[in-house]
Amino acid sequence: MAASTCQKNAITLKGSTETVSEFFMYGINSILYQRGIYPPETFTRVQKYGLTVLMSTDEKLKVYLQQVLKQVKDWLLDTTLQKLVIVIKSLDTNEVMERWQFNVECDKTVKTDSKPREKSEKEIQKEIMGVIRQITASVTFLPLLETACVFDILAYTDKDQDVPETWGEAGPHFIANSQEVRLRSFTTTIHKVDAMVAYRNDD
Amino acid sequence: MAQYNFENELASVLKMDAPITKGPMMRWQRKLNESNTCNNSMNCSMNKSLGMNASINTSTTAKTPKKSLNKSLNSKGSKTPKTPKGLGDRFIPNRSSTQFDLSHYKVMNTDTENAQDETMSPSKRDFQKGMSDNLHGDALNAKIMSYQTKAPPAPEGYQNNLKVLYSQNKTPGSCRKAVRHIPQVPERILDAPEILDDYYLNLLDWSVNNHLAVCLGGNIYLWNATSGNIQQLLSMENQEDYVSSVSWIKEGNYLAVGTSSSEVQLWDVENQKRIRSMTGHVARVGSLSWNSYVLSSGSRSGNIHHHDVRVPQHHIATLSGHTQEVCGLSWSPDGKYLASGGNDNMLNIWPAIIGSQDNSNNTPLYTFSQHQAAVKALAWCPWQPSLLASGGGTADRHIRFWNINSGSSLNAIDTKSQVCSILWSKEYKELISGHGFAQNQLCIWKYPTMTKVAELTGHTARILHMAMSPDGTTVVSGAADETLRLWKCFGVDPQKKKEQKSSTKGTSSSLMRGGIR
Repeated sequence: MAASTCQKNAITLKGSTETVSEFFMYGINSILYQRGIYPPETFTRVQKYGLTVLMSTDEKLKVYLQQVLKQVKDWLLDTTLQKLVIVIKSLDTNEVMERWQFNVECDKTVKTDSKPREKSEKEIQKEIMGVIRQITASVTFLPLLETACVFDILAYTDKDQDVPETWGEAGPHFIANSQEVRLRSFTTTIHKVDAMVAYRNDD
Repeated sequence: MAQYNFENELASVLKMDAPITKGPMMRWQRKLNESNTCNNSMNCSMNKSLGMNASINTSTTAKTPKKSLNKSLNSKGSKTPKTPKGLGDRFIPNRSSTQFDLSHYKVMNTDTENAQDETMSPSKRDFQKGMSDNLHGDALNAKIMSYQTKAPPAPEGYQNNLKVLYSQNKTPGSCRKAVRHIPQVPERILDAPEILDDYYLNLLDWSVNNHLAVCLGGNIYLWNATSGNIQQLLSMENQEDYVSSVSWIKEGNYLAVGTSSSEVQLWDVENQKRIRSMTGHVARVGSLSWNSYVLSSGSRSGNIHHHDVRVPQHHIATLSGHTQEVCGLSWSPDGKYLASGGNDNMLNIWPAIIGSQDNSNNTPLYTFSQHQAAVKALAWCPWQPSLLASGGGTADRHIRFWNINSGSSLNAIDTKSQVCSILWSKEYKELISGHGFAQNQLCIWKYPTMTKVAELTGHTARILHMAMSPDGTTVVSGAADETLRLWKCFGVDPQKKKEQKSSTKGTSSSLMRGGIR
C-alpha cells in the first residue's frame, strides 16, 4: 500500500516529460479552439484535468501537432527546451497577432536514471487545470481576431542544439507594442512551465 | 599577387553586368595598393620607372607606363615623348606572361562554382547569422526553431465565429416602430427530421395550391397547409441519393425535383406519378426555377440547363457562367431575366431565351462579383420590375440590391450574418431575410430605407430555406435544427384591408394592388 502511493508521487524525468508534453497538446488545442483559429465544429469535447477540453478532430492538424510535440518531447527529455511559443499570425498580412509563450525551466541535474522526485500527480494536475482554465478565460480580455489567422509553433532550445532535419531556424516573431499577461505556472519539480500571452495593443 | 588581381579584374570586366565603377581600378589606386601591400622590389621599379621611363617589372602585368608618360610629358613640356618599346599609353598587360586561354577557361569555369560556394552561401550564412543576432541577440543564448511543415490553414471561407458574435447588433431601440403587429413567435412548428444541413440546396417550396414541399433526405413530403394532411410524394430508390432541390410550377400541379444523382424529375402531384426524368447534368442539381414551360436547373458543375418540358428534346440551352456550384436560381416575375448565384461568389443575370437554339443568349447580361461568398439568396421585387435582391454567405453577409435595367448596384447592407434566403412581401414594402450564426433569426426590413422592422428568433441552428405561402401572409423557414417554423409575419389587418378595398374601388389604382389583375 505504502509502496504504491510512493510510486504514484514519484516523478521521473520521463514521466515529467510525458506530463509536460501532454499539457502542451491540450493547451495548444485549447488555444486554437478558444481563439477561433479553426472552425469550432472540428473540435470534440474531452475530459481532462477535471475539465472539459476541446480537442481538434482535423486529421492534418492532429498529425502536425503530433510531429511537433514528438520533437518537443525529445528536447524535454534532454532538458534543453527553454520555451515553446505559439504564434498566431494573420493569414493575409502575416502580422503576428498573438504570442502564447510557455517558458520551460528544466532542472539540468536530473538524468533519466536519477532518483525520482516527490510530488503528487493530483497536485500537478490541479496546477495544470489552473493554466488551462486561464487559457479559456483569456477570451474575455484578448482582442478579437478580425482576420483569418494561422498559427505556428516555435521552440527555443539551448544554443548548442542541432536543428533537426525537418525543422528550421526561425525568428522570434515578436509583437511590436504588445500587451502582456502573465498566466499561472505549474511545475513537476523537474520541468517548470510558466505561461504568458502577449497580444497586439492597438491603442 | 598582382596576377590574381588582374584575373579578378578580368572576371569583373567579362561579367559586364557590374557597374562601370567596378571595372579595373584606377591606375593610381592600384599603384598605391601595391606600394602599400608589397613594399618590395616592385616599389622600387615603380619609382625607377618614374624617372627612367622604362624598366617594366616582368612579373607584374599591371604596370603600364601611363603615369610615367604623363610625368615625362609634364617634365618635358609639349614635346611628344617616344613611346617606349612594348609600352603604350593604354592599359596593355604583358601578353607574353599571361596565359589568356587558361585564365579565360578558369574564369569561366569557376565562375558558377565561385558564385555558389564562395559568394552565395557565406553571404546567406552571414545574413542568417546577422538576422538571428539582430533579432534576438546573443544574450538570449537560445536557438529558435520551428517545424518546417506548417500547420494546415483553416478551411477556406471560414470565419471566426466570435467575429460574427461580437459584431452582432440587436435591433436598435430608436428604429421606427412598426405600425402593425408582428407576432414574435412562430404560428406553428413542424418537425423536419433528417433535413440536410447543406447551404447549397433548395429543399423547400410552397405551391399556389397551398402545398408545401419539403425534402427530408431522400424523401419528399407534401404538407397541405389548408388541411394539415401530409403525404409522401417520393422516396429515392438508391439509399445514398437525396433530393437536392424542389420547385413548384406556377400552376401548382407539377413539382420539379433535382436529385443528387444529377437528374431533374417532373412529378404530377395529384396522381403522385413521375411524368418525366430529364438527364444531362453531370453533378447534383441544387437549384431550380420555372419560367412558364421552361425549367431552369443549376448544377454543382456550375452549368445551368434550360429544359423545355413539353418536348422530347427537353435540353434547349446550357449556360456556363459559373465555375462552382449554382446554389441560387430565380426567374424574374415577368420572365425576362434569370438570376443565378454560385459558390464562386458570382451573381449572373441572363436574358430570357427567345429562340431555342440561339447561342447569343448563352452569355450573361451582367456579371456581378461584389459578393464575397456564395450567393444563394435571390429575390425579385414583386412591385418594382428589374429590382433584384441578393444575399451572400458567411464571409459576405450582405444583402445587395441591383437594378437590372441599368446593371447598377443600388444599395448594400451588412446583415452581420450569413444570408440564406430573401423573400419580398406581397403586402407590404418589406422583405424578409433568413440568417445563420449567431442568432439564426429572420429579419424583416423596410424597403428602400432598409431599417429593421423586426427580428424573429427561435431557430436553434442556421436557417437554410424559406418559402412564402400563396396568400403572402405566412413565411416558412426550414433550419438545420430540423424544424420548420411558420411565421405569420405579413398578416393583413382585416379592418385595414376593408378600407383599402373601398379605396381601390374608388380610385381603382393603388400601387399595392398593382400586381393583381
